[in-house]
Amino acid sequence: MKAMNIVNAINDALDIKLAEDKNVVVYGEDAGFEGGVFRVTEGLQKKYGVERVFDSPLAESGIAGTAVGMAAAGLRPVIEMQFCGFIYPAFNQIISHITRFHNRSRGRYRMPIVIRLPYGGGINALEHHSESMESLFAHIPGLKVVVPSTPHDAKGLLISAIESDDPVLFMEPKRIYRAIKQEVSEEKFSVPIGKAKVLSQGTDVTVVAYGAMIREVQKAMVMAKEAGYSVELIDLRTIYPLDKETITASIKKTGRIIFVGEEPRSFGVGSEIMALANDEAFLHLEAPPKRVAAFDVIVPYPRGEHHYMISPEKIFYEIERTVKF
Amino acid sequence: MFDQFDPADDKMLQVIDNNGKVVNREWMPKLTDDELVKLYKEMLFVRTLDFMIVSYQRQGRLYTYPPNYGQEAIGVAAGAVMRHDDWLVPAFRELGAYLAKGVTMNEIFMFNMGFEDGMRFTGANHVLPFSVPIASQLLHAAGIGYAVKYQKKDEVTFTFVGDGGTSEGDFHEALNFAGVWKVPVIFVVQNNQYAISVPVKMQTASVNMAVKSKAYGIKGLKVDGNDIFALLAAFRSAHEYARTESQAVLIEAVTYRKGAHTTSDDPTKYRTSEEEKEWDLKDPLRRMKLFMEKKKLWSDAEEERITEEYRKEIDRQFVETEKSVQYPLEDVFKYMYAEMPQDLRDQQIEHEKFLQWKNARR
Repeated sequence: MKAMNIVNAINDALDIKLAEDKNVVVYGEDAGFEGGVFRVTEGLQKKYGVERVFDSPLAESGIAGTAVGMAAAGLRPVIEMQFCGFIYPAFNQIISHITRFHNRSRGRYRMPIVIRLPYGGGINALEHHSESMESLFAHIPGLKVVVPSTPHDAKGLLISAIESDDPVLFMEPKRIYRAIKQEVSEEKFSVPIGKAKVLSQGTDVTVVAYGAMIREVQKAMVMAKEAGYSVELIDLRTIYPLDKETITASIKKTGRIIFVGEEPRSFGVGSEIMALANDEAFLHLEAPPKRVAAFDVIVPYPRGEHHYMISPEKIFYEIERTVKF
Repeated sequence: MFDQFDPADDKMLQVIDNNGKVVNREWMPKLTDDELVKLYKEMLFVRTLDFMIVSYQRQGRLYTYPPNYGQEAIGVAAGAVMRHDDWLVPAFRELGAYLAKGVTMNEIFMFNMGFEDGMRFTGANHVLPFSVPIASQLLHAAGIGYAVKYQKKDEVTFTFVGDGGTSEGDFHEALNFAGVWKVPVIFVVQNNQYAISVPVKMQTASVNMAVKSKAYGIKGLKVDGNDIFALLAAFRSAHEYARTESQAVLIEAVTYRKGAHTTSDDPTKYRTSEEEKEWDLKDPLRRMKLFMEKKKLWSDAEEERITEEYRKEIDRQFVETEKSVQYPLEDVFKYMYAEMPQDLRDQQIEHEKFLQWKNARR
């Protein structure tokens, strides 16, 4: 065991897979020599060479599009998009090819591609550096979308993602990259894609969240506990495929469901959770399902971001309203 | 060759003229009489198949199809140069190259009849599916180039795009990546003068397409795309250079789309019959045929006989394909993922329940 933050854990997972599988290559803007702007790939080029861990030209569509060819020719590329707000030039390659090649070729060409994507706000950054656009990607048939919230899950999920024969968007909550340290095994282990985790058992209300929002919910839960409310917290870990079973069982138990996410509220992951509550647990509901998500606006610049980010107080406010409904 | 035909001077490699006369002995490929006949027959086959597919479309027996009419030499020449392990990353108008790589007529028919099964390319080695989003496939070729270089394999990639595709960002990114990475990829621009209705002069202010290679530090060549011998010479040189030097090459093949963009298009709306007639003289089959007739290797009678043979065989296979195709519901779901999510499985089951209900009502 070793104390790791999320950055260390992702680096460790890449290290393990690079050592184990010669088909794994890692590239992106600044991902080679410098180790990425967040230093997630630091030291890997030195260890595995410039052919396997490298800087690409600065072109996101190029990064994603070349990964398609590499995957078709037998490699397992792990590509880095520097920030969520910069992935859009690659959108065509993702939606038109990465997620379609397996179907289009009737299974002949698999696309074992991992797209690493630092996302989310709360870091006082420029425009395009704070967004949380998971719903855009979860909506694409053919893609799997993963978001860890702990160093342990970051390592285990990334290993699963690299080993997956399907393309995986691996979203990294950069706000908590270095915020949490956890004892993580240095051995190889995996966390399955598509499985949520019940982080705290409770009886009054289910809260579903992921990524950097987990910590905010946990802060709200301290307030809830003082107020006497028992909260069950589910860390989604994978957005698609959604672990409907775990969420449904919890809603049936508590009768109340709140989604917490930092993405724009409309047509989002939260909307899907609301639909799930309706489809699978309608008769068990004691209160209207609730979304605590961002406004349908562009993430404000740093001086205005506090208006936008979901605070523990706001989460507590909605917990109380839902429990007391 | 690349130095001799510098695209910056707008030079174009040409071996035979419009009358089938060799005007450039230096670059005339050495071919035996049998090889010459084979090459011509391949072009004739592609043209015959292409016409037949268009006529099936007119009969309502398949959906949209992008005709190759007038551009047959490019795919055939590339097909003649590609080896078994070389990669073909197609756009969608390179019929001769697909057939040479082992894609079957049955698969072509199926694809245009509306079945993804047509892109299984079961007997073809290293052929990617057709790519419809313009120029996006060029990046796949650059990626394959990286992979084969990394794997230390002796495999060259051929990829295709139209003149309109050179305006897409992915065209430039692909040439740039391939140039920086020094990978053995041959980018072929089929400059057929139109991107649907938009003439090539509205795509670029460059003197030609091949000159764009200069910006990416790779070799470029403009070649007469209706001259089978010039194409063969160009592709052979490019292949040799890409392979031995591990470098990318941009080849512009100047041609003319004599047919429509697809069967849904009407070219009379945007071009004149004078222009079409002018290009008729440069037709790739006509030019090679004139060359062959002079060498007494070909005749109209032979052409008629062989064409009829081809037509019969194509039609036999088409009817066979028509009879055999089916699209079961499960095929809608089963290839979306290598490992299918339970939720998708549930969607299929849910729909099957509806179908059971529907059938029970009858």
